[in-house]
Amino acid sequence: MNIQINASDELVTVYLTGEIDHHSAGEIREEIDRSLESNRPKQLVMDFKNVGFMDSSGIGLVMGRYKLMQTMNGDVKIINTPNHIKKVMKLAGLDKLAAIE
Amino acid sequence: MNVQNEMKLSFLSNSVNEAFARTAVTSFFTQLDPTLDELTDIKTAVSEAVTNCIVHAYRDTIGPIQIVARVLENNTAYIKVKDRGCGIEDVKKAMEPLFTTAPEEERAGLGFAVMESFMDTLRVFSTPGKGTSVVMKKKLTSRVRHG
Ligand SMILES: Nc1ncnc2c1ncn2[C@@H]1O[C@H](COP(=O)(O)OP(=O)(O)OP(=O)(O)O)[C@@H](O)[C@H]1O
Ligand SMILES: [Mg+2]
Repeated sequence: MNIQINASDELVTVYLTGEIDHHSAGEIREEIDRSLESNRPKQLVMDFKNVGFMDSSGIGLVMGRYKLMQTMNGDVKIINTPNHIKKVMKLAGLDKLAAIE
Repeated sequence: MNVQNEMKLSFLSNSVNEAFARTAVTSFFTQLDPTLDELTDIKTAVSEAVTNCIVHAYRDTIGPIQIVARVLENNTAYIKVKDRGCGIEDVKKAMEPLFTTAPEEERAGLGFAVMESFMDTLRVFSTPGKGTSVVMKKKLTSRVRHG
């Protein structure tokens, strides 16, 4: 898993690459949270374009970031979501918490 | 049901093996010539079952996980994921969507819901203190055979 972050105090954009599972989720979470806590942005954008696989550990990751953004009065947007990942997100009802594109 | 092919896989519950296990099982089923969507469904379900062994069954330890994958008649994939970990007290409750015993680790409680929705059948056998077996089946689209 490789992660690139573009941050300002308005917007933190996270570009995820690789597979999101329980093994990789911990490290991704730490990197995102470090950026969210130092920038306190209004919105977190998660780009899934280069994510080849995600299971429910990824759901936990997105939900956890959603909760953290809520404590900062911000929101989460999910973009470039491949179809098979959208399927997992919809099953979890993530589309009710965040805008999924 | 008639077993047409079978493979077995044993490995330790190190989280690095999650990717290995789901990839190995999906590779085995490519012989059925499934669609990419069907393979991704299997990959996701296996990942859920194996992760549960690593995260829950062997919570503070490392133990053995065994997978049996079979090709059954009618292009049906059979997968059993077995651990000798802590077991589940109340299987019915554990299988309810959003139920989790590890919310502080950002677990969503959706692993069983994913397995249930991505596979045709899911059965869970568990004995507290002894371990858990998860058995899943999925009939794959028969596509035109070559040769
Ligand atoms: N192999 C297992 N051994 C012991 N307990 C298990 C096992 N598999 C599941 N469980 C129990 O069943 C509960 C529900 O499992 P499920 O996979 O649905 O959710 P989760 O693992 O808690 O969260 P998620 O899968 O969304 O990350 C777990 O929280 C755990 O208590
Ligand atoms: Mg799980």
